[in-house]
Amino acid sequence: MTALVPRRARKLASLAEALLTPHGMDRYLELIDPMLVRREIRGSVTEARRQTADTVTLTIRPSRAWRGFTAGQYVRVTVDIDGVRRTRCYSPACSQHNQDGSLELTIKADPNGLVSRHLFRTAARGTVIGLSQPDGGFTMPSPRPERILLVSGGSGITPVLSMLRTLVDERHQGPISFLHYANTADDVLYRRELADLQRRHPGLDVVFGYTASSSESSSDSSSGSSSKNEGTDVHGFFTREHLTEAAPWYRDAQTFLCGPKPLMDSVRALFGTEGLSEQLHTEEFTPPALTFDSPETAEGNVRFAHSGKEVANSGKPLLEQAEDAGLSPEHGCRMGICFSCTKVKTSGCVRNAKSGELSDEENEEIQLCISVPVGDVEINA
Amino acid sequence: MTGLQDRLTPAQVEEFGRELDEIRQRIVADLGAEDVDYIHNIIKTQRGLEILGRGLLFAGFFPPAWIAGVGALSLSKILDNMEIGHNVMHGQYDWTRDPALSSQKFEWDNVAPAENWRHSHNYIHHTYTNILDKDRDIGYGILRIDPAQKWHPYYLGNPVYATLLAILFEWGVMLHDLEVERVVKGERSFEENKPVLAKIWRKASRQIGKDYLLFPLLTGPMAPLTLLGNATANLTRNLWAFAIIFCGHFPADVESFTEEETEQETRGQWYLRQILGSANITGGKLFHIMSGNLSHQIEHHLFPDIPARRYPQIAGEVRAICEKYGLPYNTGPLHKQLFSVAKKIVKLALPGSAPAAPSPAPTTLKREKAVAA
Repeated sequence: MTALVPRRARKLASLAEALLTPHGMDRYLELIDPMLVRREIRGSVTEARRQTADTVTLTIRPSRAWRGFTAGQYVRVTVDIDGVRRTRCYSPACSQHNQDGSLELTIKADPNGLVSRHLFRTAARGTVIGLSQPDGGFTMPSPRPERILLVSGGSGITPVLSMLRTLVDERHQGPISFLHYANTADDVLYRRELADLQRRHPGLDVVFGYTASSSESSSDSSSGSSSKNEGTDVHGFFTREHLTEAAPWYRDAQTFLCGPKPLMDSVRALFGTEGLSEQLHTEEFTPPALTFDSPETAEGNVRFAHSGKEVANSGKPLLEQAEDAGLSPEHGCRMGICFSCTKVKTSGCVRNAKSGELSDEENEEIQLCISVPVGDVEINA
Repeated sequence: MTGLQDRLTPAQVEEFGRELDEIRQRIVADLGAEDVDYIHNIIKTQRGLEILGRGLLFAGFFPPAWIAGVGALSLSKILDNMEIGHNVMHGQYDWTRDPALSSQKFEWDNVAPAENWRHSHNYIHHTYTNILDKDRDIGYGILRIDPAQKWHPYYLGNPVYATLLAILFEWGVMLHDLEVERVVKGERSFEENKPVLAKIWRKASRQIGKDYLLFPLLTGPMAPLTLLGNATANLTRNLWAFAIIFCGHFPADVESFTEEETEQETRGQWYLRQILGSANITGGKLFHIMSGNLSHQIEHHLFPDIPARRYPQIAGEVRAICEKYGLPYNTGPLHKQLFSVAKKIVKLALPGSAPAAPSPAPTTLKREKAVAA
């Protein structure tokens, strides 16, 4: 009998879809409550707390289509700002084994970040955001490596904290070291949670690095922390000494790294010179700096993902570049009116030839006939 | 008949185009949450009317419930096809990046598949508006609606065809995408129609499935009443859409153009053709919404990708620009425009109303060529 219920529910759902064609059930359910949707994933904020002056930590209850995530992965978060839907990627900071299926996201308000500032300002209990299924290969192997070093900087803490919490939930037997960088002690996210984890999990060593203080004073074990259970603090930007302080066994460990570019670069360089690159796993967390071209100069390559063709950017609108490459995308007016040539731009930046507006949104629909690539662009055509 | 290119001097056309571009840029810069809230409200109203209509038909044995149900469902279908479907599929809300408002993803409550319609309407009709032999919306391949269309005894049936088209409008729109007349002439191969047909087959069976099979069956013994109710709602929508759309391009004095007139058209000249080739309908706010704001056909043809709720806001300015350049701005109440269309359909059934004297050669073009030379 119980086994029959889901099947019957599925039958009812497909009947409802047939009755509610062409819009589908979600378009009706969401009018009653945006969280009732069956196919799309949405999240309802159940708690919003501000740990530091420029971050907000959201506890989110996902809608029924959510299938869980693996520690280290990210989700696409969607919000509407001034009528325009914006999508950004955030890595959950919670354990993948969260009992209630809730998600925790920590968002740092970037002074130039449209979405992060919006969420920082407006997110509150009851706010509904759009979510995607998780994505990304920045995950720990299974079975787990014995020794694990987690290195992060700023809000790059989230995916590695998720790994740490997951390992603690799994009662990981081997040593774990958590080396986290912040400007000052006041900027450290999850200080209390980390102290708590360290108390609960004997194999864990938490080390904070404060980049605003000089590296000359190197390791000293008292500043900025009141709790006896907190580990050693280090100062200045990443050095080999920090590494030996945090995890003397790092050569025999798997290391997971996420943070701002300078941190990523120096850790990568060190692991490179020591021949340990294979043991270093990284997640980019700030997008690469975009360079905007003047209309006369064209840089980068245009990749048409569907056909696998790649051409050097000629500076012409994408529709023409596609045709020059021997492709024949569907199109109409070639003047931005009819939207026949709209395709999804999976990555890169384009300039709207009509308005001159630059746009670097991921997975954004653009009109090929009036979009000029600025640097590397990938189109799903 | 004056040639399209003779209306204004090239300098005037350019200035005229610039003024319209300015309106466009101003509105585009102003788009925001208000436009999204508006369309969400319309969608909410439409879905509410749809559920209400379907629900009332379950009590269809009670005549007032049946009538109210059909009324609500008719309104739902009209809103869905006109203020929501037509406008969303034009890309008017693509800037919101909401997949539910995306021109590429939206499907409407109509047997014509969105993708086929977008090609024949957004591209063919909106790009080649009122150009004979290019704009397939001139008479929809079955009517003689422009005196420049050569008379043939077949057109004696003009009023009959028009009536049938009005009654079966959604099916007409669906079949329109097959471009049967071009297949007959050998301009289009049957192969090209295969993907179009596949989409039609899939879409139409879903629409028939819900309106003429599933919902009637769900009401049990009242199945025939429900089927009749759904058919009536589809018919109401067909008649309404036909009336609004035919008033958009076919009242008297709306002009048509030849291919040679429109060669090497500039943006200003394109705007000019849209104004001369379209007609508005006057009415109240509710009327405008129910017409999908196609009662502002002129503004729609100038700026097909601007949210339709903006057309009434800019209509005064557009009209003032037309007056400034001595251009007609064709508008009138529904009954007047509809009568004008009906008269034309009947008149053009007969061979007597031969085309006016051939239009003079496009002088602007000559002037431009002379300047270039």
